[in-house]
Amino acid sequence: MNPFSFVRANSPKAAIDAVSKGDNSRFIAGGTNLLDLMKNGVMQPEKLVDINNLPLKDIQLSKDKLHIGALALNSTVAADNQVKAQFPLLSQALLAGASQQLRNMATVGGNMMQRTRCSYFYDTAMPCNKRQPGSGCGAIGGVNRMHAIFGASDKCIAVHPSDMCVALVALDATVLVTGPKGERKIPFADFHRLPGDTPEKDNNLGKGELITAVEIPNNPYTKNIYYLKVRDRASYAFALVSVAAALELDGNVIKSARLAMGGVAHKPWRLAAAEQSLIGKTATEENFRVAATVAMENAKAYEHNSFKLQLAPNSIVTALLKATSV
Amino acid sequence: MRQDKNVGKPLDRVDGRLKVTGGAKYFADNHMEDLQHACLVCSTIASGRIKSIDTKAALHAPGVLDVVSHLNTAPAPGYKQPDGKARRQLRIFADDRIYANGQPVAIVVANTMERAVYAASLVKIQYEQEVHHTDMRANDKAAYQTDRMKDYVRGTTDAWKTAPVQLEASYSTPIEVHNPMELAGIIAKWDGPDNLTIWSKTQGVKNSQVALREIFQIPDQNIVVHSPFVGGGFGMALRIWPHEIATIIAAKKVGKPVKLVISRDQMFTMVGHRPAADQKIGIGATQDGQLVGITHEAIASTSTYEDFTEAITSMSRFMYACPNVNTRYKIVPINVCTPIWMRGPGEATGAFALESAIDELSYKLGMDPLALRVKNYAATDPEKNLPFSSNYLREAYEMGAAKIGWNNRPANPRALKEGDWFVGYGVSTGVFGAHRGKASAGAIFKSDGSLVVQSATTDIGPGTATAMVQIAADATGISPNHIQFQLGESTFPDAPEQGGSATVSTVGSAVHDVCQELKTKLLELATTHIPDFKNSTPENSTFENGYLVTAGDAGKMEISLSDILQKSNTPVLQVTTTSKAGDERKKYSMYSFSVHFAKVHVHASTGIVRIKHVVSVADSGTIVNSKTAASQMIGGVVGGIGMALTEEAVLDHRYGRYANNNFGDYHVPVHADTPPTDILFINKKDPVINPMGSKGMGEIALIGFAAAVSNAVYNATGKRVRDLPITPDKLI
Repeated sequence: MNPFSFVRANSPKAAIDAVSKGDNSRFIAGGTNLLDLMKNGVMQPEKLVDINNLPLKDIQLSKDKLHIGALALNSTVAADNQVKAQFPLLSQALLAGASQQLRNMATVGGNMMQRTRCSYFYDTAMPCNKRQPGSGCGAIGGVNRMHAIFGASDKCIAVHPSDMCVALVALDATVLVTGPKGERKIPFADFHRLPGDTPEKDNNLGKGELITAVEIPNNPYTKNIYYLKVRDRASYAFALVSVAAALELDGNVIKSARLAMGGVAHKPWRLAAAEQSLIGKTATEENFRVAATVAMENAKAYEHNSFKLQLAPNSIVTALLKATSV
Repeated sequence: MRQDKNVGKPLDRVDGRLKVTGGAKYFADNHMEDLQHACLVCSTIASGRIKSIDTKAALHAPGVLDVVSHLNTAPAPGYKQPDGKARRQLRIFADDRIYANGQPVAIVVANTMERAVYAASLVKIQYEQEVHHTDMRANDKAAYQTDRMKDYVRGTTDAWKTAPVQLEASYSTPIEVHNPMELAGIIAKWDGPDNLTIWSKTQGVKNSQVALREIFQIPDQNIVVHSPFVGGGFGMALRIWPHEIATIIAAKKVGKPVKLVISRDQMFTMVGHRPAADQKIGIGATQDGQLVGITHEAIASTSTYEDFTEAITSMSRFMYACPNVNTRYKIVPINVCTPIWMRGPGEATGAFALESAIDELSYKLGMDPLALRVKNYAATDPEKNLPFSSNYLREAYEMGAAKIGWNNRPANPRALKEGDWFVGYGVSTGVFGAHRGKASAGAIFKSDGSLVVQSATTDIGPGTATAMVQIAADATGISPNHIQFQLGESTFPDAPEQGGSATVSTVGSAVHDVCQELKTKLLELATTHIPDFKNSTPENSTFENGYLVTAGDAGKMEISLSDILQKSNTPVLQVTTTSKAGDERKKYSMYSFSVHFAKVHVHASTGIVRIKHVVSVADSGTIVNSKTAASQMIGGVVGGIGMALTEEAVLDHRYGRYANNNFGDYHVPVHADTPPTDILFINKKDPVINPMGSKGMGEIALIGFAAAVSNAVYNATGKRVRDLPITPDKLI
């Protein structure tokens, strides 16, 4: 780990100023990912700006939306009664991620900011365009069992590791940010990026911009929901594939649907076309299978992850069946 | 004397309180004046030479004392000696050769750990890269045989091909890394040019002492090794490794004690691993399931500089009553560090293949796989042609089958479903040699009635001291509360490393014997110095509850053992005994046996495997401590779950570098992977092996387990996974 300076900010403005000034300064909240990256020499910030004192921890349900402060802990959100009752998909997704100890430290904003777990990104002796632009992608032609099947580029095939974000993109969340140029709102689906030619950029935050909250519009997805995470061990592993599924049913007819996947792309992967294919259909395995087929259009596998072409649609069907069988 | 009063009981660990309260001092917990901290710089190529090492920036970093490499230090004196062997241990700092990625090439010493780690990141090394091979299968033409592991033939070679029912199948197991929680490392302290003290993570303090004697050419008595607590080993600490030598050299060079704790990623590249193996089994039987022949061939990986061999094909030679068996085993050099035995070692690798093949054969025969095993039960060892000292396998099969509910197993695969999950049952057998080596123990009995027993063994987790206290208590009639067993110091009487499931047998026998010797001396003191007991003899006397009890003419007389010392003016009575096996090992074949049963669920559309219930039965002879023994078995089962379902060290062969060298990506089982586990013991004394009648347990806890899971997965799904680990992608 490189030597760095550490300051504690007492207001969002102070935090933003502190990070905007330096060339290589970072906000730190729970630090569950950033510290690992620093220990491995993957990230070497000169300055860390501790934002844990900022008043951004509240969880508030109003008549049209849920507001979650960026510093609310993953464990707090997962256990929140309003979240469990009105946004159970989010609670399930959070509990599928990491371990209780990590969830006790990790914040909602930090969860969005976590970086890929691609091993080439983590090993400074290997090439990685995300870590070191222009050095090449180690995963292409390498060990890529965990990697993307959607939206990858010839520069990067890494996946975003979050579970929480998969639920948030499915639930049409909005990210509230504030920065040197003021406040703005980013639709969740536009927050993270595909790698394209600039895989070093995980998201669309500008320099010095701070996530202050996430808002989720109220929705009817309180009952027929399921977050399925398929992984190599029963807990504490990143997803091979995960599926957030939410259905609004009228009897056995699907009025509306939300579907998103994790572990398949550089960003949480919303399955809009598959959702459309379900509307007005009956909730049957055949129709779910059709939706899964729609979802898999344009999927592309690499040497070691072709199993995801089968696992992903199977998981979509399984999650939808689980969502309807409650 | 009442026999076996303490042996068998679930005595709490004598060091349990220390361990859970942080009072146990592991090597890295030691602090001393002027202690410096080290960090290794490791190669980023897999084969070649170091062209240059730029240490300027590192040496200018705050707190840095030195950056030691082959460029600025003489090799250890033992490395200069010609040893006549072409293939030899990695000689750190002896030259510029790189044999593996992650090989330590320099060591940075600074006054804090953080500064050492940072400075290490500033060392820039230029290499001259050469072609490397890390893919064993791609390099299998380079396979060779060693003298240690010759071909074996009993009866006719490849006789299975003549059998009415035949099976031929290939199995593979990946490199696995031991990954105990405690990281490897050492504190090295020189007092003058020839006196070395180390605190290190080792499974054998005497091993370390001997190795250091050879490498540094200083006498044993000048080398002190401390390792009283070890945070898990699973085999990785069975030898001295280059990082230890590097630290010792650095400590001498800077003239101060130096501490090194290696990092998790370095645990993958410098302290051994379970080698990768490809195996092929040909097996044939008559229509009614009598085995006709077994052919077992294996190749396994080693490093490019040392031959590592283990007993991958051994089990096939004696496990079943089969007239024709032939085995062949070769090793393939690849550019990784030298492997080392990992729990269950080669036997666990081999058992996966053999016990999977037996299961596959059972379906071809239309026979219950348990019945097939019982039908081919070997009543005597067909390899050595000797009777077993004890073998309760058939009872073990019965006990385990009853406990798991084997009756519920469907005869055909894919026949039982609970909700979305296919249900299956599997069984497998494990076996490992029941060894007894040579060990010494010392007993120090004081006039306050306390007994201290010492031996230079170690405890990597099974509860060695607790078991030894129980053995000593029964041997002396002294309460366990008054007995302390001390280990992990090279100054104690000789004992081998803790490995190969032999500590209770080897060291326990020495403890037993030294206690007998102690009683002889106590009796001598009593007969010489205490008139009432002048006629006491071993025949008319017993040792009970801290008393010598003699049946005399006037009835029973007793005297406390502490009174014997006081009345004979003996403040301390000290005896030391060496103990080893005798001719019995030539007359009997000695093995521990295990039987593992697993019930699994396999999710039909995602391929997720959940082990729902495990029953493991051990035939280990006398169980010394029923609680720690059960814990040891459960630990082996958890390791077996890892081998079966999750563990695989993945190399990117383009770079010869591990791609999952951390606990996030190298998956050891977590609690959620660990099902209700029933441990059953045969607990019948082996009449031959040693005074306690205890066989080993550490290895059989794991050996065979992976096959039980794989067999259960087949029973559930009809899919045979022959390449471990059984991850979801292999089942969809």
